[in-house]
Amino acid sequence: MSTVMVEAQGVRKNYGAIEILKGIDMRIEQGTVTCLIGPSGSGKTTFLRCINHLEKINAGRLYVDQQLVGYTERNGKLYEKKESQTAKSRLTAGMVFQRFNLFPHMTVMENVIEAPVHVLGRPKKDVIAEAQVLLDRVGLGDRGHSYPQDLSGGQQQRIAIARALAMKPKLMLFDEPTSALDPENVGEVLEVMKDLAAEGMTMVVVTHELAFAKQVADQVVFMDLGVVVETGPPSEVLDAPQHERTKAFLSKVLT
Amino acid sequence: MQQQQPTAVPLIETPAPASGDSVPVVPLRHPVRNAIAVVIVILAASAAWNVATNQRYHWDVVVSFLFSPQILTGAALTLMLTVVSMTVGIGLGTVLAIMRLSTNPILHTLSRAYIWFFRGTPLLVQLIFWYNIAALYPVIALGLPFGGPSLVIGSANVLISPLGAALLGLALNEAAYMAEIIRSGINSVDKGQYDAARALGMNRAKLMTRVVLPQAMRVVLPPTGNQVISMLKGTSLVSVLAISDLLYSAQIIYSNNYQTIPLLIVASLWYLLMTTVLSYFQTKLERRYGRGFDTATRRVLRPKRRKA
Repeated sequence: MSTVMVEAQGVRKNYGAIEILKGIDMRIEQGTVTCLIGPSGSGKTTFLRCINHLEKINAGRLYVDQQLVGYTERNGKLYEKKESQTAKSRLTAGMVFQRFNLFPHMTVMENVIEAPVHVLGRPKKDVIAEAQVLLDRVGLGDRGHSYPQDLSGGQQQRIAIARALAMKPKLMLFDEPTSALDPENVGEVLEVMKDLAAEGMTMVVVTHELAFAKQVADQVVFMDLGVVVETGPPSEVLDAPQHERTKAFLSKVLT
Repeated sequence: MQQQQPTAVPLIETPAPASGDSVPVVPLRHPVRNAIAVVIVILAASAAWNVATNQRYHWDVVVSFLFSPQILTGAALTLMLTVVSMTVGIGLGTVLAIMRLSTNPILHTLSRAYIWFFRGTPLLVQLIFWYNIAALYPVIALGLPFGGPSLVIGSANVLISPLGAALLGLALNEAAYMAEIIRSGINSVDKGQYDAARALGMNRAKLMTRVVLPQAMRVVLPPTGNQVISMLKGTSLVSVLAISDLLYSAQIIYSNNYQTIPLLIVASLWYLLMTTVLSYFQTKLERRYGRGFDTATRRVLRPKRRKA
C-alpha cells in the first residue's frame, strides 16, 4: 500500500486569464479509492483530466505511476512530450465519462475491443474472449451485438467501464459517472464500481454520491475554487469537516 | 394516390382511445385533396400520351441510337470522369478539411485560400484554363525554387492531354466543395468522442480514421450524393474541351443527321439511368453509416437484423 500512483505538487491550470487549478497537492496510493468532491467550478473534473493528459498543466509537477505528466525532465529543463508519447502514457489510466462517450457507430462488443485491437495491436480472438468476460462481469454479457443507442444510460455506463478495463489500466478515473443517469440506473453503476474497488483497483472518482464516497472511499478530497480545502478519510471529511467551506457544501448537498 | 374507401366501417381497427369501449372510428375524409389528385393524374396522363404519340419526337431514332457504340463509349467516359474526379476530389477534400481544422495557422490558411479560389471561379473557366496550361508553362520540370537546377519531365501539351485537363479541372474544383462538406461532418461529431478515443490511447490518425470520420460519414453522405450527381451532369462541360463524353458524342451524331432532339433524349436517358443507379448506392451507404444512430429507421427497414 505504499506505492504512490498519483502525486501532484503545486499543479496549476489556466485557460487564458482564468485560473482553474491554483496549486493542487495530492497523493493517491496504489490500491486506494479517492473521491473528489466539491461544488461545480471547483476544478475537480479539470484535475481528473490532467491526470490523463487530456488537459495540459501550466505549472507544478504531476506524476502518474512515477511518470511526469506531459513533460520529460532532462538537464534541469522540462520538454513537452510528443503527441505519440502522450498517447502512450494515457494507457496507464482508464477513464469513464459523465456522458459515457461510447462510440455510437460500433456495437457494444466493437466498443470494448476497439482499443486493445487497434491501439495495442493484440489478436482479435483473444481480445473478444476477454471482452466477453468483462461484459459478463458488468452484467451485460448478452448485449454484445447491441448498439449503444439501444441501451439505457446505466447499461451504457457499465459498457464504458468494461471498455476502459479492456485496456488493463493501473488506475481508473471516473468523471461524475452517475450524474447523467436516471435515478433508477445509478445503483447498478455504483455496484460495478464497488466491485472494482473491492478487487483492489486504484480509483479516482469525481462524484456527488456522498453515500458511495462514505462507503467505498479511502480518501476524500474536498475542492473549491481551484484549491484542495480538506483531505482525509470519509469519517473526517464527510462526518466531521474542519473547514467552513466543507461544512457549507455538505449542508447544501445532504439536505 | 389514396384509394377510395366506400365502406362506412373503418379499416383501422384501433379502439377509441378515451373510453376504451368499441366505438367505431371514422377516419377524416379529404374530398378536395382527392379531387385535385384526380385532375393532376388526368393532366399527367394526357401529357405522357402526347409525348408518346407526337411524331416529331422521333422515338424510332431515339431507340436506334440508344445503344449505338458511340453513345455507349461516351456514357462510359462520362462515368469514368465522374468516378475518377470524385475519388480524387473526396481524397483531396478530406486532406483540405483536416488542414482547415488544424491548429497550425499555415495549413489552415492554405486550405482556406484553396477553397476560396476554386469555389470562387467558374468551373468552365478552370477547365479551359487547364486546357491551355501550356500557354503559361510550355515545359513541366521538377526543380529547386527561385531558378535553381531542374529536371525536365516533358512538354505540357503532351503531359496534360485534353482528358488530363478535364480530370484536373473537375477534381481540383470538386475538392474545394468536398472539403467544406467533410469539415461540417467532422464538426458534427461530439467532442466527447475525442476525449474517449484519446483516453483509450489513440493517436490523432487512429482517432480520425476509427472514430471521427466514420461518424462524420453520416452527415457527409447526403450532400456528397448531391455532389456526385451534379458531377455526373457537370462532366458535360468537358464537351468544350472536345472530349467525347456522353453529351459530346450525342452532339457529334446530331451535327451529322440533324436529329437534335432525339439524340438529346438519348443522352438524357443515359444520364437519368446513371443518376438513378448512383442514388441507389447512396441510399445503401447511408444505411450502412447510419448504424447505431437511426434506430427507428433501422427497425423499420431492417427488421431481420433486429431479431438478433
